[in-house]
Amino acid sequence: MLSIKNLHARVEDKEILKGINLEVKAGEVHAIMGPNGSGKSTLSSVIAGKEDYEVTDGEIILEGEDIGELAPEERAHKGVFLSFQYPVEIPGVSVTNFMKTAINESRKAKGQDEMPANEMLKLIREKSEMLEIDRKFLSRSLNEGFSGGEKKRNEIFQMAMLEPKVAILDETDSGLDIDALRIVANGVNKLRSEDNAVIVITHYQRLLDYIVPDFVHVLYNGKIVKSGGKELALELEEKGYDWIKSEN
Amino acid sequence: MDLKEKLLSSFMAFEERVDVDSDLHEVRTEAIKNFETKGFPTKKEEAWKYTSLNAVLKNDFSVFPKKENVVEYADVKKYFIHEIDTYKVVLIDGVFSSFLSSTTHEGVDICLMSSALTKPKYKEIVDTYFNKIANTEDSLTSLNTAFASEGAYINIPKGKIVDKPIEIMCFSTGNEAALMVQPRNLVIVGENAQVQIIERHQSLNGNPVLTNAVTEIFVQERAVVDYYKIQNDLQSANLVDNTYIAQKANSNASVHTFSFGGNITRNNLNFYHQGERVESTLKGITIIGDKQLVDHYTLVQHAEPNCESHQNYKGIFDDNATGVFNGKIYVEKEAQKTDAFQQNNNILLSDKATINAKPQLEIFADDVKCSHGCTIGQLDDNAMFYMQSRGIPQREAKALLMYAFSNEVIESIRIPELKNRITKLIASKLGVSMGFDL
Repeated sequence: MLSIKNLHARVEDKEILKGINLEVKAGEVHAIMGPNGSGKSTLSSVIAGKEDYEVTDGEIILEGEDIGELAPEERAHKGVFLSFQYPVEIPGVSVTNFMKTAINESRKAKGQDEMPANEMLKLIREKSEMLEIDRKFLSRSLNEGFSGGEKKRNEIFQMAMLEPKVAILDETDSGLDIDALRIVANGVNKLRSEDNAVIVITHYQRLLDYIVPDFVHVLYNGKIVKSGGKELALELEEKGYDWIKSEN
Repeated sequence: MDLKEKLLSSFMAFEERVDVDSDLHEVRTEAIKNFETKGFPTKKEEAWKYTSLNAVLKNDFSVFPKKENVVEYADVKKYFIHEIDTYKVVLIDGVFSSFLSSTTHEGVDICLMSSALTKPKYKEIVDTYFNKIANTEDSLTSLNTAFASEGAYINIPKGKIVDKPIEIMCFSTGNEAALMVQPRNLVIVGENAQVQIIERHQSLNGNPVLTNAVTEIFVQERAVVDYYKIQNDLQSANLVDNTYIAQKANSNASVHTFSFGGNITRNNLNFYHQGERVESTLKGITIIGDKQLVDHYTLVQHAEPNCESHQNYKGIFDDNATGVFNGKIYVEKEAQKTDAFQQNNNILLSDKATINAKPQLEIFADDVKCSHGCTIGQLDDNAMFYMQSRGIPQREAKALLMYAFSNEVIESIRIPELKNRITKLIASKLGVSMGFDL
């Protein structure tokens, strides 16, 4: 589904990704772990198309198509979704209106008509119930005054609405208490299917108790230095990142 | 003959048509003298440092318009808040249009200034209020006073809550090659009375127009006034708007200024406190491009204790546009416990756009809370990326961000249909149509 080959990226003169290779198949969950500054957030931003980073080498292939040159919105239309570590506040634009805009822009790009209002409402109701989101919440301004947990839950709500092929969750667990973490993780698990894939980017193992990965990769100094099954996360938790650092 | 000379000689012609023995004429004579001495403001004056009228004044403006210019309602309906019923005072080329207006004398006076200035029954009120809060030292205000003859006269008696908003609309037909108009409005809002007013100046074709408007608003004890100015005029239009507001104790007055178009727009907005526990609100959204200029020059004169003022101006400038914000807060020695807040945020969308921001605080009392903040920036890249990553294209994402940026000001519009209109104007200004009404 998503295939990353020899990906190099830099910001200004600093090379951050130094040859990433990653194969994610439909139905799989991959976790990318690593110490601070290893390039985890850069990798997610580069996949989603953030323009601050210059891709100097390598390919990002989604379902056989190289998406490396596409604008962020074009990648979104093709099924890439990035859940932000720090979602942006947009005063005056409600969660509902933001989602309407996002969905209809995506449909427009695919040459489809706008989603009929009743269908949109039904979808919103269905997905908000799934994530235990109060209806009142949906008429609030996007992320404005939301608690950390509400912001993250709202990110997963957007993921549910947009039904991406590849969802990247960037530090979705940060700032969440255990109840919020459980709701968010349950939401992600409900959205998993044989037709999509999830990449979980996290510093800690605890989210992986809830979203169980098929593969765990360790990113260090811009490279994936170790890959394994879910037990690798536990090993990391036990030994700490110094174990990785000393080996590399 | 330059415009100043033309105006001075026109004044002599004007005197032949008005009652030169009236008290009012003395006011006019004083005013023209002040204008003669001072002339048009130039960039040498601190208050006009960033805004030059020179190029505009080179036009050969007609000072007295033809009387018979007719405009069909269908052609100008879109400029009114036509979704709701309103009182209307409409001027066409400076002349009252009874056809387009909807005035009343039932319980309130919402009518034309020319009646108020000439009919004996209004004399006492005119003597009490006319030109009493306007700055008689200001040359353009004086010029307006000298020629003051038409505009809106609004007198809301004690305790009266006006049932629908009032629209003051000044159209320029362009039937003159170039036209200067000087509407003069007087608004008196009695104790505990409430009123909402919307003012707009609109050219109907591309011939140059210079409007020098003066509005005096007297807000009595516990009265509430919401005043909205819509400035979305053609590139040929220039506006100097002088608004003076005097507030008595416990009154609440707000002015929202929406500046989306016009060549040069200068807003002189002045609040004077004449009682305790007054609340004043000054807000504005400016979204301009091309070579447009919008200059906000505000003054809040805190002269009494326990008063509040809130200023919040947002500006978005593209192309070669220029913005000026000069916000003066003056706190007199007696004005203890003043709470004065001023915020001015700007976004520059182009390398050639300019904003000149100058907060001025002069504080002579020692127990006050005064704050001001000014920001100039670009759109937040991270916010752009956030929206794009959800599939919203760059242009729409930009528009959403700019809308969000202006939102604080939009939120406080208290007429829903006007709020809707302003958001639509913003969306069209930003060149997008969203999947929902912004």
